[in-house]
Amino acid sequence: MDQTAPVAAPTGSPVVTLATRGLTKLYRTGEVEVQALRGIDLELFEGELVVFLGPSGSGKSTLLNILGGLDQPTAGEVTFYDQVLTSYGESALTRYRRDYVGFVFQFYNLIPSLTALENVALVTEIAQAPLDPAEALGLVALDDRLDHFPAQLSGGEQQRVAIARAIAKRPKVLLCDEPTGALDSKTGILVLRAIQQVNRELGTTTALITHNAAIADMADRVVSFGDGRIVEVRVNSERCDPEELQW
Amino acid sequence: MNMLDRKLIRDLWRLRGQVIAIALIVASGIALLVMSLTSLEALRETADAYYERYRFAGVFADVKRAPAPLAHRIEAIPGVQAAETRITEQAVIDVSGFAEPVMAVLVSLPEEGQPILNRLALERGRWVAPNRDDQVIVSTPFAESHGLELGDQVSVIMRGNKRKMTIVGMALSPEFVYAIGPGALMPDDQRYGVFWIGRKTMEAAYDLDGAFNNVTLSLLRGTNPKDVVERLDLLLARYGGIGAYERKDQISHWFLMNELEQLRSMARILPSIFLLVAAFLTNMILARLIAIERSEIGLLKAFGYSNFAVGWHYAKMAVAMTALGVLLGWALGFWLGRYNTGIYAELFHFPFLLFRPGPDSFATAALVSLAASLAGAMIAVRGAVSLSPAEAMQPPAPPSFRHHGSASGRGRSARNWIDQPTRMIFRQVLRWPLRAAATITGVGLAVAVMITSLHWVDAIDHMIDIDFFQAQRQDMTVGLSEAQGQRVALEFATLPGVLAAEGSRTVVASFHSGTRRHRGSIEGISADARLQVVYDADGGIVRPPPDGLILSEMLAQKLAVSVGDQVWVEVLEGRRPNTQLTVAGVFETYFGMPAYMELEALNRIMREPHRVATLALLVDRTQEVTLFAELKDLPEVAAVALRRALVDRFNETMGRSLLVFVGFFIVFASTLSVGVVYNAARIALSERGRELATLRVLGFSRWEISYILLGETGLLIAIALPLGCLFGLTLAWFISLGFESELFRVPLAITPATFGVAVATTLVSTLLSGLLVRRRLDQLDLIEVLKTRE
Repeated sequence: MDQTAPVAAPTGSPVVTLATRGLTKLYRTGEVEVQALRGIDLELFEGELVVFLGPSGSGKSTLLNILGGLDQPTAGEVTFYDQVLTSYGESALTRYRRDYVGFVFQFYNLIPSLTALENVALVTEIAQAPLDPAEALGLVALDDRLDHFPAQLSGGEQQRVAIARAIAKRPKVLLCDEPTGALDSKTGILVLRAIQQVNRELGTTTALITHNAAIADMADRVVSFGDGRIVEVRVNSERCDPEELQW
Repeated sequence: MNMLDRKLIRDLWRLRGQVIAIALIVASGIALLVMSLTSLEALRETADAYYERYRFAGVFADVKRAPAPLAHRIEAIPGVQAAETRITEQAVIDVSGFAEPVMAVLVSLPEEGQPILNRLALERGRWVAPNRDDQVIVSTPFAESHGLELGDQVSVIMRGNKRKMTIVGMALSPEFVYAIGPGALMPDDQRYGVFWIGRKTMEAAYDLDGAFNNVTLSLLRGTNPKDVVERLDLLLARYGGIGAYERKDQISHWFLMNELEQLRSMARILPSIFLLVAAFLTNMILARLIAIERSEIGLLKAFGYSNFAVGWHYAKMAVAMTALGVLLGWALGFWLGRYNTGIYAELFHFPFLLFRPGPDSFATAALVSLAASLAGAMIAVRGAVSLSPAEAMQPPAPPSFRHHGSASGRGRSARNWIDQPTRMIFRQVLRWPLRAAATITGVGLAVAVMITSLHWVDAIDHMIDIDFFQAQRQDMTVGLSEAQGQRVALEFATLPGVLAAEGSRTVVASFHSGTRRHRGSIEGISADARLQVVYDADGGIVRPPPDGLILSEMLAQKLAVSVGDQVWVEVLEGRRPNTQLTVAGVFETYFGMPAYMELEALNRIMREPHRVATLALLVDRTQEVTLFAELKDLPEVAAVALRRALVDRFNETMGRSLLVFVGFFIVFASTLSVGVVYNAARIALSERGRELATLRVLGFSRWEISYILLGETGLLIAIALPLGCLFGLTLAWFISLGFESELFRVPLAITPATFGVAVATTLVSTLLSGLLVRRRLDQLDLIEVLKTRE
């Protein structure tokens, strides 16, 4: 891969972090063919928090996976700043994920054999200019849980460790796939708070998948999906704090 | 077929790599067990039948010259069923077309009919006609190795008289199943044969008219052979008896029994290792499968399947994996058993070979391995059935880890010298120490099996080096029919091609110390000997002092004496002197239980000054053939042994039997390490696929996650290799202890190369299985793994 850092556009107009053109994705499993994406054109701007909303099977996860370099589209193009992700090979994509992308998953996916601090250090060890792992955990209010193993943490705490792990490398993009899906609303709000804080304080472009419409109010923009297409893009004039959300 | 069985078949198919790995290990164990048991059975049945049909004697004795009527008194010894007197002698044979002088034992035959004991299995031709002094029956292997036919002539040198004899028959005898010549380590059919000649011819040739020099007895059932041996010794003493011995000390029988003992120990030790490891692996795989299917188990139980039905379902899986191995092992074991018995048939000469393995060996092998694998499965299955359905349907709690080592780094531990992936490896190993121990043990045992089998080659090389190159520096050893003046050495030195000649003598003697006794011999060698020397395997050449005995370690142990102690020596030859000697030294040797003295000191005891009976020759190889021809014509030569022939023959036989088996063992041991490592890595992959996929998503490269997965295996192997070397050393030591006998000791002499080969072979085989798993690692479905809860 081209190792040069992505070049930001001159200030003035909002800078596009990730852009897709005519993205389609066709899954073929055995004899079944599924059209997961049917031509997606979308831009994610630097520092914004976008919520992807939609029923399951609407294509939002597929899009997120492609944006995160976990999957390749069947057709169309993805650009990350001035680089064309869709032209990347396997190892270039690994490099992309390592340097620029932070992931948060529904099921946390922490390494059970590492403590909270070590789970974060796992990523900072291979990142170029990471945060201090303890500092990253401080951002998600887990300063007092550094030496706990995942088995010793609650679900919400585990998810916050996952967020700390995702942002500790100072990613350009933070991609969250149903981060509150496995949590009760009170804990979920704590997690969303952490995501929002990271988005604000570090200016990380954040995309968050949910099928919970209530969460959409904390976003700058809400992109609604249906049947592999974008059905609506809504700009929130005002972002709510997670604490104001209810579900 | 019910649904559970259908599930079983699909599970087996899905896990086929691991199933095959286990089956191969089981098959290795079964094959070894079946091979040992069937060979054992075949050899024992054959020997028993042979001994019985051909009336192999129970007690044997050599005597210088006993009058024929003494036979009646021998027969009258209580417990003796039959006694047969004979004349037996060593002789040199001249086979035309074969340059070297050949040795044979000549055995007299009754003038009429079969001997009463030690009957011949006449394979071709007919009996020696009464009163014919020019007919001979030769041992079949000897005839075959020289391409001799009935009617061919051979020259037998009897007391210096060369006599041409016609071969009228070819036979085998239970006395010479393992026909090993004096000083040899292996039967050499070309250089050592058995010749049966009419009694009268023998009597005339050896001046034993109306006398005998050998007697064999059969005993009534329930008789203690020791009592008979004692009484026989008393009767023969005044006629120059050199000590009677029972069947268990008869050389051919001893080797045969020793071989059976080896097979028995092989049947015990090695298959157990394989079956134990297979049981471990079965347990590991089932435990993993049950962990994955936890919720299905809960579901089945919720539907009303009983604990037994669920448990039996998984137990059947263990049985199926083992059964596959058993079938493979049976086939391989049958083939190996026949192959092995075939090798024995070349080494041991039987007129017939009964290889008709009964179902016992196969059933035993199958039962042992099924029991082992079910025992291994039991623990896992118990875990499966003990969960309540509700609990089983819940996802399992995440595995809990603990901080190990000093907790001083709390909070800052991540900044320690160790990186996170490496930390994961260590924690994983410490979290499941038993499983790690099982993997280490499995790989360690594979290394040990390899070292133990390669050790044979090392030990034998070492034995040959010590005995044939360090202790015997001569090219040729010539035995004289009678002790002669030392001048004979000078005469031999003038023979063509002889560079140096050195005299020594050996006398048969009985050693006593307290209640302990040993019948053996004393070798007299000169203090400045340069060819035939006393060589201490632990410390080099030992010079005999002017007085006193130098005993081999084994003999000193048997007599319970050490340096400075006194030993009573009763010489059984010549004037049969009786004397007390001081033990002047003890040395280590691998063959026999020799005792040495300075030559003149021995001659003084014998009251026969300056006598020698054996000559060690250093020979110019280019003139060997001329020398051979001369030796054949010398009347005083009773025996000739060629070092090169002994060593060549030994290596050749070893190459055919031992090395082939070492090869098998290396394959088996590799199977073991591949099976263990492949399974361990597959299970780790199945358990940690999700974790590894997460790491891939976080930006770790394939290489980096391979490091985490295979690093764990690598760490275990790094521990297993030195441990395996230690196991191997112990196992080799244990086995060589088991082989310690009066005839030979197997030294523990493992060369660095053996360790190297064992370690390298294990590394290569584990690397291969690592690569197999690594391929799967590349196919991890990142997205799928993240979307699902385990």
